[in-house]
Amino acid sequence: MNIIERFEAVDRRIIFLLIILAVVIPLLFPIGLKIEVSDPVQRFYNAIEELEPGSFVLLSAEYDASTMPEVYPMNEALVSHCFSKDLKIVSIGLWPQGVSLNQEAMEQGAREYEKEYGVDYVNLGYKAGGIVVISALGEDIPTTFPQDYALRPIEQFKIMEGIENLDNIDLIVSLSAGDPGVREWVMIAHGRYGKNVCGGVTAVSAPAFYPFLNAGQLKGLMGGMKGAAEYETLLKQTGTASAGMDAQSIAHGLIIFFILFANFFYFMGKRRRR
Amino acid sequence: MRRQGPLIITFITGAVIILQYFIPHRPFSDLQQLFNTWFLVIAVFALILGVGNLGKIHFERVFRRRENWPYSIVLILGFIIMFGAGIIWGIQRGTPFYYIFWNVHIPMGSTMFALLAFFVASASYRAFRARTPEATVLLISAIVVMLSRVPLGNFIWKELPLIGDWIMAYPNMAGQRAIWIGIALGVVSTSLRIILGIERTYLAGK
Amino acid sequence: MTTDIGTWIAALLTLCILSFLYKDNPFYKFAEHLFVGVSAAYWACYYIYNILIPNLYNPLFVQGQLLYIIPLALGIMMIMKLFPQPAWMSRFPLAFIVGTYAGYNFITYLQTYAIDQVRATLVRFVALESWQEFFARPGAVTFLSAIALPVVVVGVITGLVYFFFSREHKGIFGGLAKTGVWFLMIAFGASFGYTVMARISLLIGRVYFLLHNWLHII
Repeated sequence: MNIIERFEAVDRRIIFLLIILAVVIPLLFPIGLKIEVSDPVQRFYNAIEELEPGSFVLLSAEYDASTMPEVYPMNEALVSHCFSKDLKIVSIGLWPQGVSLNQEAMEQGAREYEKEYGVDYVNLGYKAGGIVVISALGEDIPTTFPQDYALRPIEQFKIMEGIENLDNIDLIVSLSAGDPGVREWVMIAHGRYGKNVCGGVTAVSAPAFYPFLNAGQLKGLMGGMKGAAEYETLLKQTGTASAGMDAQSIAHGLIIFFILFANFFYFMGKRRRR
Repeated sequence: MRRQGPLIITFITGAVIILQYFIPHRPFSDLQQLFNTWFLVIAVFALILGVGNLGKIHFERVFRRRENWPYSIVLILGFIIMFGAGIIWGIQRGTPFYYIFWNVHIPMGSTMFALLAFFVASASYRAFRARTPEATVLLISAIVVMLSRVPLGNFIWKELPLIGDWIMAYPNMAGQRAIWIGIALGVVSTSLRIILGIERTYLAGK
Repeated sequence: MTTDIGTWIAALLTLCILSFLYKDNPFYKFAEHLFVGVSAAYWACYYIYNILIPNLYNPLFVQGQLLYIIPLALGIMMIMKLFPQPAWMSRFPLAFIVGTYAGYNFITYLQTYAIDQVRATLVRFVALESWQEFFARPGAVTFLSAIALPVVVVGVITGLVYFFFSREHKGIFGGLAKTGVWFLMIAFGASFGYTVMARISLLIGRVYFLLHNWLHII
């Protein structure tokens, strides 16, 4: 086996080891690389900034444990931004796990900004059906969500007074890791009811949402942990997303090195075979 | 009846949803609202069916002592403990259900997908080759985007994040738009075929 | 290092799953099956508390809205799929679900993707102010900004040519389709880059948990 073949057949566990080192070392010894804010995240931030205090934000959580490191920091940053501007959060989940994760983020934010459940924020829980749920919300929120996630009737919550349907909501934010998620919100809430929608999505799905952004169907977009880190930068906070950006940089650098290194030996091998 | 009945139901529900979009008045708007309310309930039974199927498979595996059956006991016990906790104490914050969710479910769910980081790195090393001009374009686009999206890109060249933004907002957007317009036309024609009863594969089986 | 039992359980289960990187083993299998069981129970509890009680039990049995018997009956017919003899009954609720989705998909995809996206593409082809900016401050970024609009129009049209014209890709069609493929490759490259980003983020999340919440090193 020559050196080219040896490099091509390297044990994958060596690659695994290098990746774990590329993540662990920058977390232990942060470099503090500067985080630049991209236009879609800035637009998301501006959409919240433009709202008057007391405005209603419908926060829909469509993610789960598998994408938590990407989307949960967005959830925390967004709740923090809304509470700091005295916005009211009415939240739901089109994925059941999103309900608990969002509840945790809201309760943390509520402690920090001294907000009260049922007055400043509420969690109406989960419904199955995706696009149909959104369509039902467009017509009638109390019939679709008669009780909150823990079975308390919504009439007992002050925040729900006067909320009948999506007409009473000023901005919709979907934090989504797939379908149903941002796509369905854009299709029904924007397409049918003309509501402003912002999306926080996983990096895997982010490229597919640029056409929405370009066509004005989305007001703003946060993509992946990097998007969350940019939002934290705008809020002048250092959350878990910002803390992970050095590791993200080094791991990307390593993977690019893998690609270039492997291609170098691929071309060397091809030349030799000729 | 077993075949015609479902076809009629599909036609009526599909037609009502489409008609209320163009005629958002009674009776179509009322019917749509009614169907929406029913849908929420029926959809959940479809999901319960999934949970029922899972139980059926694993109970069978235990009773017939199939390969890896002890792990099926772990699965069933996990279900019983979590479900029992939810039913007895409720699902809100501070309950045992919530505790198990945060300390058992979340770490395993997150880690299972974190494993993909290792596999994507391994695949980059083994399979990502510039074999053709098209593959080279893909490779260059991937490298530029990967570098430009992280602070390292900005550190290397301060214009790189702007170039990454440009790739995402224009050529990537154009490609994605072409793909999605294609998908949309496919979805529209399939939906129409389903509503008109031409496409019936969803009725397959017993 | 933390003394919280919950964090210890979480950390040990994290390590059980990570052990798969070495090779498939009983610790991984244990954690995998436990995950599926707990996950299914989580979903089941949410179905009960968030849908069956507020959207079926209360309206039907507490408020006496008898019309809810219909979705209940259809729901029970859906469960019949689990049994061989009456499995055919599940076709009726399935038809309702498929019909509703088909209706919504028909209108929403048509509007959101076909109409709105085509409309957003048919904008002006040349932005004069961008070219003025480029001539005033020539550079890579100003040049890219100047050619942005034509890039979108050409990218979308050639991409569609590649997808929709099934005739042989020769001559002018061949050229257009090839350009379309290049745009698609750029989009796939971007998607690959973002996928790498996503996967690494997930790993960072778990490593951060181990180092911060469990070991208290950072």
